Amino acid sequence: MANADYETHEHDVIVIGAGGAGLRAAIEAAAQGVSVGLVCKSLLGKAHTVMAEGGIAAALGNVWPEDNWQVHFRDTMRGGKMLNNWRMAQLHAQEAPERVLELERWGALFDRTKDGRILQRDFGGHRYARLAHVGDRTGLEMIRTLQYHGIHQGIDVYMECTIARLLKDGERVSGAVGYWRPHGKVVLFKAKAIVLATGGIGKAWKITSNSWEYTGDGHALALWAGADLIDMEFVQFHPTGMVWPPSVRGILVTEGVRGDGGMLKNNQGERFMFNYIPEFFKGETADNEEEADRWYDDKRNNRRTPDLLPRDEVARAINAEMKAGRGSPHGGVYLDIASRRTADYIRKRLPSMYHQFKELAGVDITKEPMEVGPTCHYVMGGVRVDADSTAATVPGLFAAGEVAGGMHGSNRLGGNSLSDLLVFGRRAGLHAALYAKDFGGALTVDAGQVDAVARELVEPLARVGGENPYAIQADLQETMQSLVGLIRTERELEEALRKLEALKARAKRVRVEGGRTYNPGWHTALDLRSLLAVAECCALAALERKESRGGHTRDDHPYTDDQWGKVNVVLRLKNGTLQLSREPLPEMPGELRALFQERK
Amino acid sequence: MPTFTMRIFRGDTARGEFRDYRVEAEEGMVVLDVIHRVQATQAPDLAVRWNCKAGKCGSCSAEVDGRPRLMCMTRMELFSEREPVTVAPIRAFPLIRDLVTDVSFNFEKAKTIPPLRLKPPEPDGTYRMMQEDIDRIQEFHKCIECFLCQDVCHVIRDHEENKRAFAGPRVFIKVASLEMHPLDTRDRTEFVRATASVGLCNITKCCTEVCPEGIHITDNAIIPLKERMADSFDPIVWLLRKFRGQTTQPA
Amino acid sequence: MNGHAVSQARPPIAAAHLRKDTWWALPLAVVGVLTSFIVYSTWAALQNAHYFVAPYLSPFYSPCLSKSCLHLTLGRGLPEFTVPIIGVVSPALLILWGPALFRLTCYYYRKAYYRSFWLAPVACAVRDVKAGYTGETRFPLILQNFHRYAWYVAVVFIVFLTWDAILAFRFPDGFGIGVGTLVMWLNVILLAGYTFSCHSCRHICGGHVDVFSKSPTRYTLWHVISRLNERHPMYAWLSLGSVGLTDLYIRLVSMGVIRDLRLL
Repeated sequence: MANADYETHEHDVIVIGAGGAGLRAAIEAAAQGVSVGLVCKSLLGKAHTVMAEGGIAAALGNVWPEDNWQVHFRDTMRGGKMLNNWRMAQLHAQEAPERVLELERWGALFDRTKDGRILQRDFGGHRYARLAHVGDRTGLEMIRTLQYHGIHQGIDVYMECTIARLLKDGERVSGAVGYWRPHGKVVLFKAKAIVLATGGIGKAWKITSNSWEYTGDGHALALWAGADLIDMEFVQFHPTGMVWPPSVRGILVTEGVRGDGGMLKNNQGERFMFNYIPEFFKGETADNEEEADRWYDDKRNNRRTPDLLPRDEVARAINAEMKAGRGSPHGGVYLDIASRRTADYIRKRLPSMYHQFKELAGVDITKEPMEVGPTCHYVMGGVRVDADSTAATVPGLFAAGEVAGGMHGSNRLGGNSLSDLLVFGRRAGLHAALYAKDFGGALTVDAGQVDAVARELVEPLARVGGENPYAIQADLQETMQSLVGLIRTERELEEALRKLEALKARAKRVRVEGGRTYNPGWHTALDLRSLLAVAECCALAALERKESRGGHTRDDHPYTDDQWGKVNVVLRLKNGTLQLSREPLPEMPGELRALFQERK
Repeated sequence: MPTFTMRIFRGDTARGEFRDYRVEAEEGMVVLDVIHRVQATQAPDLAVRWNCKAGKCGSCSAEVDGRPRLMCMTRMELFSEREPVTVAPIRAFPLIRDLVTDVSFNFEKAKTIPPLRLKPPEPDGTYRMMQEDIDRIQEFHKCIECFLCQDVCHVIRDHEENKRAFAGPRVFIKVASLEMHPLDTRDRTEFVRATASVGLCNITKCCTEVCPEGIHITDNAIIPLKERMADSFDPIVWLLRKFRGQTTQPA
Repeated sequence: MNGHAVSQARPPIAAAHLRKDTWWALPLAVVGVLTSFIVYSTWAALQNAHYFVAPYLSPFYSPCLSKSCLHLTLGRGLPEFTVPIIGVVSPALLILWGPALFRLTCYYYRKAYYRSFWLAPVACAVRDVKAGYTGETRFPLILQNFHRYAWYVAVVFIVFLTWDAILAFRFPDGFGIGVGTLVMWLNVILLAGYTFSCHSCRHICGGHVDVFSKSPTRYTLWHVISRLNERHPMYAWLSLGSVGLTDLYIRLVSMGVIRDLRLL
């Protein structure tokens, strides 16, 4: 089996991706006493989790004792327009507080309440101030805590290593093949169980808050290995990304700005969100400025400000204002916190937003409003998993975090991502370790499969003539941005699919200059395969779902349709072709359904 | 649109040189944008490490006109079109290629830090910390691990032989954050003295000067650690502690 | 963690630095100012005259402990005991080691002179001039860690200088204020600013505490000193200037070069 051309590492569990979910999974698996390898595309601690700003949603009840898991569960389901996997949403709401406290025991320093407990902040769609946070750099705190806790748990970390394919032994997974980014050599990981924690797909769009890493690797790896993907049409456009200067367009502006008092305004100075309160949220949203202002201090007797509606609603509203010509000079709307809060308060609560605008845009947010607009942020869809174990439909394969689907339904609430990473990261690590312990028989890897992947990897380097990978990537991003964006139509989606076919053909002829040593051109060329695969999944699913719901808005089907509220769009590869089906959602038990009947 | 001459280091350990690229820069562009433009149009294999492009991940460290900086937070408006802008890899670490270096030194050093050891919880099973207890260490937690402080520190930058003994500013702020943690019970002064060799630091503050997060590395972390080390051989402090019956557990 | 370096070699860039700014200006200025001060203060300390003109005493000669002093800080001087050289040379030499040691071991001055005199490093990202480097790990530089003892001494000096400044209100004809009085008070304030913004002071007064909420007084003290400490370099330079200029002022008045203006 040993092959001179590539190195081999063997572990009970391999975790792919070292963001919040991957690190938490690796820590949990190691705690079960199995051997764990953690593979990541970047350096340890650089994963996209560091970009998370606002906080971790968990019903600790430190600020509002009325808060509990049932309220959090209800908020999450309503935010996802009831399309969530109810069991995932339930586990998430129940276990998030313990995961946050555990993080604190590992050294995380959240901002404090007056009595020395974890302070919680308001965020869109959450009934109570619920987000444990550290200023506006909560993700950094989380990943650093997990990272430094993790390095003492005997986990082998393989940094700057990209996984290109999963290997299977019959039905179950048996390993993964990838390459080292620094020197370009091929590496084989043999494993009894594999946890996917690769994050999202945002790099398929042009205006995105996501980094280069977000090329849908995990989604594509799972799909190619025969696993099901669900809900791929649901892509979250975060309402507030930077819009100016052009080079920073898309960089995230945390929802914490609105949670801490920021208001959205159009170029007339009007707080336009009051005009966009959907029927679904009318009962719990303030319909006048006075009540909205009072709500910040008195949540018992006032309804929430519409500035903090779920992200899909706010993004659509901003989009509509811009289209109606009421946008800001650089094509956004205004986000104003300066006129409500003092400079000291803003600098203390939102230090990195202050820094980011000051350094990159020359805007002082303690004095002037920010200009913001929607930016591609998160994919709700992903690998279909069993709620309790995170097991994918392929034996031995597990998925947690953004790469897994179902938890957030059609739209994710802010703050629910970091808690998702912790809750399901831990569950994935646990169940992958248990699976590995139960694993019977020898672990076999087909050398032929490895060699085939290795050959495929170097093809772009050997090709003469052919296209520049950066050009193909840019065209793909342009296509998705203009045709599979925030607002979609059948005609545009069909056009997108045609263009994607052409791009796939071009990608087959991609040519890379230079060698295998740290060659970003080569890495970009290889990432195109997963990027194109997830883009196609997204466009296909979006074409299929003929309604508007959460992160999927169809101009030609503008209303929510109850029939569509009962099914997921499922994608899987059968004999090399992508197959699409509608499959029913798991049914919520009566006692949880009752939570949605009570009205207040 | 202004056009800049970017003088970028290209090559590997065997052979390397600065090569000039002419690039247009739009308003608001940062050095990393210009590097990406070179990559997309003139040198597709130009190696550069980056992730978030918003000053949060600390990946794109380099030396621009000889000063250690994050490329994503360095605006082109700082520079003149008339002179070439030099972009070199961080020089304290082994080169991989072009602007990318092997920073594993920092990860190895991080592993040596004695981790948090908690006090027992309050009677109700929870832990309490006041904001004033953690304000000081929250500053250290802002670190994005860009390793610019490690790069600029002359102790290792100019004296490779010290890499074995010296841990570097990044490690010191991590240690300081644990040492000053209100729930921690470990004493790391011996670690600071013997394993991390804080004595090699001559507090010339370049780490603080280059920190993109504005962490007062020297004043708030390294000097307090030196002072805590001095406590351990200060007879007055020793007597006071004896008198009060204070003890700390060694690392 | 898998280190997978292609090799252990650094980037093949020969230049000692690639900076284009005037990085050499600051260390050069530091050399200039510190050298001038050392030359002047040594001369002033050795002069053994013109350090007192009623009611002003030069800070270089305070506290005036020798019997031969023109001004007797404590009302009386030390007996002219077995060191005959004192009195012949200069009473300043009895005491100047105190403040000198405080400044020599000061965390801020260490930065300043390691950079500008030691050239290690002369500026950030500019290569050290000398090949070997052991920092503060060996004798004598390891003694820098005893800075806190120099601080204790410096505090005593602040007490004496404050006393001198109080005495500066006592003119031969009774209470009064002259320009010299103001000069001496400004000097004391700046020196106190420098002394109480010291890093060792910050540590001793509260920095060593891990749970501030359980020691509120120390926390407040630490908080105030921390604010001062941010300006430690500024106080270091301003007090260096003020102490030299105070001496110069008194010296010139004493020599009759200028006249002290009586304000009250």
